[in-house]
Amino acid sequence: MSRLAALAGALFIACTALAREAAPLAEDPKIETRLIAIAEELRCLVCQNESLIASRAELAMDLKRQVREQIKAGKSDQQIRDYMVERYGDFVLYRPPVKATTLVLWAGPFALLIAGLCTVWIFVRRRRTAQGATLSAEQEARANELLANRANDASR
Amino acid sequence: MGRIAIVVGFFALVILLAVGLKRDPREVPSPLIGKPAPAFELPRLAGSERFSPAEMRGKVWLLNVWASWCVTCRDEHPVLVDFAATKRVPLVGLNYKDQRDEALKWLSRFGDPYQFSVVDADGRIGIDYGVYGVPETYVIDRAGVIRFKQIGPVTPELLKAKILPMIAELEK
Repeated sequence: MSRLAALAGALFIACTALAREAAPLAEDPKIETRLIAIAEELRCLVCQNESLIASRAELAMDLKRQVREQIKAGKSDQQIRDYMVERYGDFVLYRPPVKATTLVLWAGPFALLIAGLCTVWIFVRRRRTAQGATLSAEQEARANELLANRANDASR
Repeated sequence: MGRIAIVVGFFALVILLAVGLKRDPREVPSPLIGKPAPAFELPRLAGSERFSPAEMRGKVWLLNVWASWCVTCRDEHPVLVDFAATKRVPLVGLNYKDQRDEALKWLSRFGDPYQFSVVDADGRIGIDYGVYGVPETYVIDRAGVIRFKQIGPVTPELLKAKILPMIAELEK
């Protein structure tokens, strides 16, 4: 029993020791949660397909430090995003604002989709008119004649 | 009719994608072009004086971001040394996130093209200037407005084709 207690105690100490080691990251959980929320929406400029929060690049660490400082200084999320955009352009935002320069980015996929749907529609309509084509009396007579010939050939 | 439209649409898409592939995604257009160069006051790498961009008012000048740990800077360096020898416009170095003694050693080893360098030890001024890939070079006009930014090394071709004509234009 006492051995168990000792083990539990040792584990507890180990756990708290671990927890202490991670402390600097979670200095203020509130700030960190906001940092994560903001930095998830920002692009790391060094490794461009990674978000700022995921990146371990040195510039990303510096930028996170900057964001953290601004949170501490009481800046709003929008002010912090503006700060980044002022320096690195709309490119840092994973959701850039809709404006003249980003119009193709936002509307492009929908334009392509509509163009695709139009193409499909044209094709379907053309096929339908082709199927619905009716034969003139002359053509029908000729067709019947050919079919009759064929039936004769088969029976022979 | 419809077929022609499809062929035209297809080629338009191919051209769009081809242009997209040819562009370098690392070259992010800087929002700072046409804006005043962010102010700072930093100590010089050598000596005890401090420097602020406001001191350069009335002059066209270049700000080059460099570091001794930056491999590409070493490739760029001879180009800057040659450029400095022409004494065309002042060239100021921004020593970005570097160790002072390493930086000084680097300059004495490869030559010092800068009128002087200033020390941005923790990279804060770099962030103000939107630096994300050293080396970077800024052309700043007489009014202190950033006119051009080169991300990556300055090459002799770029100097000849872009930077020198721009300096001449700005000095008019």
